[in-house]
Amino acid sequence: MPTNQVAREAVGDYKAGWHDPENSTVRFDFGLSEQIVRDISAIKAEPQWMTDIRVKAFHHFMERPMPTWGSTELLNSIKFDEICYFLRSGEGTEKDWDDVPDDIRNTFDKLGIPEAEQKWLSGVTAQYESEAVYHSIREDLEKQGVIFLDMDSGLREHEDIVKKYFCSIIPYQDNKFSALNTAVWSGGSFIYVPKGVHVEMPVQAYFRINAKNMGQFERTLIIADEGSSIHYVEGCTAPTYSTDSLHSAVVELFAMPGAYIRYTTIQNWSNNVYNLVTKRGVAHENSTIEWVDGNIGSKLTMKYPAVILKGEGSHAEVISVAYAGEGMHQDAGAKVHHLASNTTSKILSKSISKDGGRGSYRGMVTVSKKADNCKVNVVCDALILDEQSRSDTYPTMEIKNPSCRCEHEASVSKVSDDQLFYLMSRGHSENEALALIVNGFFEPFVRELPMEYAVELNQLMALEMEGSIG
Amino acid sequence: MTREAPLLEIRGLHAGINDTQILKGIDITINPGEIHAIMGRNGSGKTTAASIIMGHPDYKVEQGDVLLSGENLLELEPWERARKGVFLCFQYPQAIPGLQVGNFLRKSVASIRGEEAAKGAGFRSTLKDAMDTLNIPRSFLSRYVNDGFSGGEKKRFEILQLIILQPKLAVLDETDSGLDIDGIRIVAAGINSAVRGTGSGALIITHYSRILEHVQPDKIHVLMEGRIVATGGPELATQLEERGYEWLDSKAKAEGLA
Repeated sequence: MPTNQVAREAVGDYKAGWHDPENSTVRFDFGLSEQIVRDISAIKAEPQWMTDIRVKAFHHFMERPMPTWGSTELLNSIKFDEICYFLRSGEGTEKDWDDVPDDIRNTFDKLGIPEAEQKWLSGVTAQYESEAVYHSIREDLEKQGVIFLDMDSGLREHEDIVKKYFCSIIPYQDNKFSALNTAVWSGGSFIYVPKGVHVEMPVQAYFRINAKNMGQFERTLIIADEGSSIHYVEGCTAPTYSTDSLHSAVVELFAMPGAYIRYTTIQNWSNNVYNLVTKRGVAHENSTIEWVDGNIGSKLTMKYPAVILKGEGSHAEVISVAYAGEGMHQDAGAKVHHLASNTTSKILSKSISKDGGRGSYRGMVTVSKKADNCKVNVVCDALILDEQSRSDTYPTMEIKNPSCRCEHEASVSKVSDDQLFYLMSRGHSENEALALIVNGFFEPFVRELPMEYAVELNQLMALEMEGSIG
Repeated sequence: MTREAPLLEIRGLHAGINDTQILKGIDITINPGEIHAIMGRNGSGKTTAASIIMGHPDYKVEQGDVLLSGENLLELEPWERARKGVFLCFQYPQAIPGLQVGNFLRKSVASIRGEEAAKGAGFRSTLKDAMDTLNIPRSFLSRYVNDGFSGGEKKRFEILQLIILQPKLAVLDETDSGLDIDGIRIVAAGINSAVRGTGSGALIITHYSRILEHVQPDKIHVLMEGRIVATGGPELATQLEERGYEWLDSKAKAEGLA
């Protein structure tokens, strides 16, 4: 197995121009140090300012204590020294699936990515471990000036834009994991949609962790210029191992006046993956940011997609579902900050817990003093499938302007025997009946998804319900 | 001489819920093509009978048999009974938020009558005809199952399912309760179209005779405190209407039944 020695040589090669195909695989030693951070930056031949910010972020990460909320027990059991922070699998990012190494290509075939690309996507980026192995965008969009790159290429080709926006709404000091991501980030997407351009079909990123004890730290930056629109979809999976992996992404969105960004996630990490992600968008005048966030897998997820409503008339929507099965804790929610007048927000959160799983909704809405006539609507529903499972709600609202119209509803429900009997009397087995109820519960979320994803999610949930009633 | 097995045969059924005996030995035989009614006051055990036939897990059978075309139903799970052709029209249908009516109907037809029956133009036209019969608008299909339905909508939705699921045996539990005269007429038309001339059978459970004027039953059974105290033709409903259940109370007492 390549060691740091080999990695160091690869770094050397990279500085010299990086064109040795024999070094197609680079694996850094387990654990994190300033040297590893510098090596990641060096292997990517990054500008000095990026190296500097990485190093600063690294020190902040080391000094910053672990959060004292969420699942402290699970957070404190993360073994940062046993994680590999950088692993390169391919020779580079290919534009043709035929050029992607066979085993990796097979993986993405199995995940149905090339097929989906043919049918209904404007562009695809496929990340395997630390870097994108495949990337493409439809020619017509490229001609209209749409930039859709993996983040490493984004930095190389559009350094000025990246420098302007990187870390601007999520500074590395934001939290321990945004610091970690900033220190060791690799891959992710970089998107710029020019003024007035509407990207009709979604673009998709797929993140795959394949190695054991892997850390994946993608970094995504999406800028939708005035009056433009884009729908970004991401999916994630990993194999199941007895040891843990860590996924810690940072995503920053910028919706310029009148722009529309929808960011859809279907996270289905295996239950040995810690998923600790910071997502935030800033919405300028009359723009809209929507997070459609599905958390189906992982061991522990802590994720609260946020929108800062900075411009008048801007709108935020965070629609999320979480499924917490055995050994899982989904601590998810949303944050919206109304900084300007006539801004509106809608949060819909749905969680299902089963087999001892734990689902938590954690949300925060603030309305600043000078923001008049804002509207806030928060609905969170939890469905608990058995006695061992748990659901908690932690809503916070700070409304400092009296003209705000604020609605908040929360419900916790259980599947009743009468519901099951009713469905069973229509020919559905007990498990099928439960799947119908569960999929119905998620329906307000599922209907927001592209059809292909909706079908997949329903099947996934039906699978989760199998054998659950004995 | 071999005879075709009865569609439904209930023999010496004793059953109850939570250790309380409710049915104290009832016998009913419904032949293919027949519609029977069980009448009785609230609490006489009518809903228990319906629940036992469908297999509600809360109800326990102490003794007796329930046979569908000669096959023991009591061994089967509710969904297996449904797939064999038993249908229960619920008195209180359950809401399933998020499950769209159209999707639910298609899935239920697929489960009970097979995938082929749930596909294509045939399914769509059966569905459309049934919805027309019941005065149900197209927009109904995209609503969620029984979620926010009015009482009348719930009843019509039950009948819609009855028509398109084409069961061998339909059990209707107080389907007429809470309906106005037009509602009863529509529901009765639905029952007639699902059962008459199909070789299926139905068991209508009610405590009013009104619906029976529109669905001429072949036999009426009067249930009182867990026992059938009278069985007769349609004239029994008229007598009950005129003389009330008290008439049978005294009759039952005289016969030492109640």
